[in-house]
Amino acid sequence: MIDTIVPTPTDAEEPKVVDGPAKMSARDVSVYYGEKQALKGVSVDIHDDKVTAFIGPSGCGKSTFLRCLNRMNDTIAGARVTGDIKLDGEDIYGSRMDVVQLRARVGMVFQKPNPFPKSIYENVAYGPRIHGLASGKSELDEIVEKSLRRAGLWDEVKERLQESGTALSGGQQQRLCIARAIAVDPEVILMDEPCSALDPIATAKIEELIHELRGRYAIAIVTHNMQQAARVSQRTAFFHLGEMVEYGRTKDIFTNPRQQRTQDYITGRYG
Amino acid sequence: MQKRIAQRYSAERRFRLFGLAAVSLSIAFLAFLLISMAWKGLGGFTQTEAKLIIDFPRSNLFLEQATLRGPQAQEAVASAGLEGVLEQAATAQFGEGAGELFGAASARALGNQLVADPEILTRKAELWLPVSSKADVAAKGDGDPAIEQLVAKADTKRTFNSGFLTASDATDPSVVGVWGALKGSFLTILVTMALAFPIGVLAALYLEEFATRNRWTDMIEVSINNLAAVPSIIFGLLGLAVFLNFMHLPRSAPLVGGLTLALMTMPVIVIAGRNAIKSVPPSIRDAALGVGASKMQVVFHHVLPLALPGILTGTIIGMARALGETAPLLMIGMRAFIASPPQGISEPASVLPVQIFLWSDEVDRGFVEKTSAAIIVLLVFMLIMNGLAIYLRNKFERRW
Repeated sequence: MIDTIVPTPTDAEEPKVVDGPAKMSARDVSVYYGEKQALKGVSVDIHDDKVTAFIGPSGCGKSTFLRCLNRMNDTIAGARVTGDIKLDGEDIYGSRMDVVQLRARVGMVFQKPNPFPKSIYENVAYGPRIHGLASGKSELDEIVEKSLRRAGLWDEVKERLQESGTALSGGQQQRLCIARAIAVDPEVILMDEPCSALDPIATAKIEELIHELRGRYAIAIVTHNMQQAARVSQRTAFFHLGEMVEYGRTKDIFTNPRQQRTQDYITGRYG
Repeated sequence: MQKRIAQRYSAERRFRLFGLAAVSLSIAFLAFLLISMAWKGLGGFTQTEAKLIIDFPRSNLFLEQATLRGPQAQEAVASAGLEGVLEQAATAQFGEGAGELFGAASARALGNQLVADPEILTRKAELWLPVSSKADVAAKGDGDPAIEQLVAKADTKRTFNSGFLTASDATDPSVVGVWGALKGSFLTILVTMALAFPIGVLAALYLEEFATRNRWTDMIEVSINNLAAVPSIIFGLLGLAVFLNFMHLPRSAPLVGGLTLALMTMPVIVIAGRNAIKSVPPSIRDAALGVGASKMQVVFHHVLPLALPGILTGTIIGMARALGETAPLLMIGMRAFIASPPQGISEPASVLPVQIFLWSDEVDRGFVEKTSAAIIVLLVFMLIMNGLAIYLRNKFERRW
């Protein structure tokens, strides 16, 4: 298990876990679904230029936490969030923060590829259009092309932009969803188990893509696949039973965890 | 083990047999209904015509050729007493009592022929004229034996009765038509559609997407479900009390009929709409919210287009029910005798199902086949409307 970890070059240059100011920082975040408490006092930072992975067994609250970061939990009836989440020092649950604007700045890719049942072009153009990011057709075309290129999908679909997005293969659909997310030029991208519905080849492509996107966006990824976390991330947070057990450099978490529970999970004793 | 498997197979065979029996039974009923309807009704679309020789110079008809060429031709013809001329000519040709062969429809047809060709007035003319209702029924083998003998003497043929599709209600079955009722039905359903569809869809959207679930929304949901099951005559009473007695809207008008039917149809659309909206996958909502769409944009850009086919299905069912509805319209006065097609939604009108109901009540034998023919028209109207709706639904249908 530990042998599979491929340390990325940036890790070697970093002497300590203490980084510069975080892009997003969560402090003491708790989430309740009605009476049930799903998250207990979680504190995590997400940094620019780094991929932060959330790992842990099913039902540990990692997806719940991710959905707090762009307030997708608002849509669930009976969900209540306490604590502090800041984006560039601004409280995202504060009264001054507009939730629509927040979601444009913090994009999201979901577990199951969920393209709109519209053309490939429309899928990508939808976000820029509702936010008024393009002033004309040619500018919109440019954004669509740029986003599809960054998502590594352009060469596969440039001949058939008007075909339905749902006609693509699973891996292509997920990359289309990533293109859709980056089309609105977000600062942070949240990915909720983006590869869990994909085959190994499509997964490899998405992971490659995450590497490429890392320089441009702060990325947080939820995964139940530990090798994947080791491959794509620089920071890892381990969740268990609604608590954040350990947070640190991916290399440290996988090779030298400080907590017994982390150790047990990584070595496959439960989860 | 072997025995159990045999049992399971025979159970399956039995179930298939029952299903097949049920389907064939319903097909048999449907076929019986359609065939008996066509058998009786198709006669309503034809009209017997008889050849009659009229010696115009010798008849006591006071009509000038000049008048017939003038603008007042129709009025002049109507007041010229053509029935008398017909009776005279018929008696001369077929003997005593032959006046019964010709009636209102014959006079109208004669008038039209005279206006079209005033030259006829100068000579002894041989004309094909539609026979009276009694004679028509006799010619089709269902009438008075005395008249049947008279008809046998005459030279007759069957022609397509175009008047049935262009005329309105009348007291004489030979000149009745469904156009007035058809137009009334069309206007009524238009009012119903214009009110029930948008209000129903918006209500469904609000309840499903925006309203928070609490005691009030639960109560509204139960009320809507109950409203859908309320007998239609009660909606008629409601329409009578609210639209006629309280708001003083015109009696017997498509406007009031449409309002009443809209009340009846709306719950059906709301229920179907909510189910269709519920079946839109939540992942689509997440996707739209995730790129920063507002709630409103999510609903109108994504949820509504995806739910539309389902909503339209519910609307078709509701509209078909409204189109065939009689009871509530009787309550708001739409059972009146209306002899001219409505010119607008606030003018007195009849609708097809009520027209069928009224004709089925008539004593005159001539109305029997007219009733069946009107049923055929109603069914065709319904089929066209449903076909259109299904076409629209398939056009909007999209995969996800």
